[in-house]
Amino acid sequence: MSLATRRARYVLRRLLQAVPVVLAIVVVNFFLLQLAEGDAVDVLAGEAGSATPEYMAQLREKFGLDQPLIVQLAVYVKNMLTFDLGYSFRHDMPVAQLVLDRLLPTLLLMVCTILIAVGLGIVLGLLAASGLNTWRDNLISVFALVSYATPLFWVGLMMIVVFSLRLGWFPTSGMENFAAFHEGWDRVVDIAHHLVMPVITLSLFYLALYTRLMRASMLEQAGMDYVTTARAKGLTERRIVFVHILRNAMLPVLTMAGVQVGALIGGSVIVESVFAWPGLGMLAFEALFARDLNLLLGIFLLSALLVVAINLVVDLLYSLLDPRIEVG
Amino acid sequence: MRFWTLFARNRSAVFGLAILAAVIALAASASLFFPDDPFRLVGQSMSPPGANGFLLGSDTLGRDVAAGIAHGARVSLLIGLLATTVAVAFGVVLGGIAGYFGGFVDDLVMRVTEMFQTIPSFLFAILLVAILKPSISSIVIAIAVVSWPAVARLVRGEFASMRNREFVQACHVVGMGDARIMLREILPNCLSPIIVTASLMVATAILIESGLAFLGLGDPNVMSWGFQIGAGRTVLRSAWWVCTFPGIAILLTVLAINLVGEGLNDALNPRLRGRT
Repeated sequence: MSLATRRARYVLRRLLQAVPVVLAIVVVNFFLLQLAEGDAVDVLAGEAGSATPEYMAQLREKFGLDQPLIVQLAVYVKNMLTFDLGYSFRHDMPVAQLVLDRLLPTLLLMVCTILIAVGLGIVLGLLAASGLNTWRDNLISVFALVSYATPLFWVGLMMIVVFSLRLGWFPTSGMENFAAFHEGWDRVVDIAHHLVMPVITLSLFYLALYTRLMRASMLEQAGMDYVTTARAKGLTERRIVFVHILRNAMLPVLTMAGVQVGALIGGSVIVESVFAWPGLGMLAFEALFARDLNLLLGIFLLSALLVVAINLVVDLLYSLLDPRIEVG
Repeated sequence: MRFWTLFARNRSAVFGLAILAAVIALAASASLFFPDDPFRLVGQSMSPPGANGFLLGSDTLGRDVAAGIAHGARVSLLIGLLATTVAVAFGVVLGGIAGYFGGFVDDLVMRVTEMFQTIPSFLFAILLVAILKPSISSIVIAIAVVSWPAVARLVRGEFASMRNREFVQACHVVGMGDARIMLREILPNCLSPIIVTASLMVATAILIESGLAFLGLGDPNVMSWGFQIGAGRTVLRSAWWVCTFPGIAILLTVLAINLVGEGLNDALNPRLRGRT
């Protein structure tokens, strides 16, 4: 069997493995909805101001809320799988459309954060490990320890105090300056300018994590037999570190980065609500205040799907990077 | 005393323990130094630190920031400990059963933990607290629900590796029951990694709690650090101290617990000693 078919089979198998996870998340969503006080009809009645019990019973029949739980679950799963996420009465829009509109800013924030956290984390971890127990190592380790313990929202607020309010370098909130009507490159620059502080805030915690991981991983790899072999062959230290150790030491960091995507979405709820970044997290914050449960569940489902998809991509990338991992 | 010598070799762990002791002392003496309800309006609003008798300033309504921090220490430590206890208990039971019995049960538990590790945990915690209505118990439940899978995986691995060891087989031979073997024979042998993981989980739980409270999902009846920061963010421009000091409290507490956790790791895991 050729490598291409093997890889295609692998992709297919991983896709099939994702199906039960997605189904389970939908079912969890359904039961969360059941757990909440009141149902959609109560919400509607509350929105309308008043409703007679007869009218509410009629509405329940219409929505199928008088059916047995298992039937309701089946209908719910069917709706979710066709991406019918319900209706947000606050925004007067289907939830699916609302969340898809807000997906792009969140993706932009997350991709930038992952690139910076992983890239810089690898560099800092390498610097710390190569100067073990020097001032450089100590400085980087202290930085990582402190960043690892700092709540994201507080970093964001302190950055606003220092860099926006005192120094005036960056805008305090939003994604772009709508009033300026920027177009083309100007708009890109404007968005990038707004992006700086949210990305730094969100990446700080993960940067700390990857730095520590990279440092430990470098030290572990440095004690392996293949390093001794390379040294015995008479290779320079420089070549051993950059060509032999670095590649192997990066693998655990990449694995961790894949695993962390779910946590990153949680972090972006906080960062987006601090910087009023118009993404899914900000929408979740608004939904929380408006008590818009349908919308909150829609955001949850979409972000869970996002995590499943990204994990899939990371697994595939991983199999390309590390040929030892069996694809077939 | 051997444990203490090993622990004390890591100087930053001792430093962390000192900070943690200070935070615990602060929490314990909160009612002594600040007998008033931290929600009470006790003076001029928006006083800067040092002015009008406020050590760390007052917030928009004239509540004492220092009193809030002292009383918030209780809530943070309480929720951190409770949530971790619940998560560890649940994780140990499920992970232990999965690792000890293997087979179908093992598969089932592992699939469930995988699912829990896929879903965005903080978002899930937000949903749970929003649905269960914010209170100390709902926050503890939410944090425990998103934290137990890590413990379950760890314990499952330990139990699975010990299941076929000679001392366990000997227990079978003398006719010991499964429950007794698991609790009395295997569990004590994997306590060290559980203690280390649990200590780090307390720090994470405190961070999650502060995040929830910041978003307005804290228990409305108790003062917490995240709530103080969330309430102070609107006056960031004019009263920086309202957000700043509770944040430093969170930072120091979480840092201290992480340092202590690492010290425990060094002292309890002899296999890892000498590394890093």
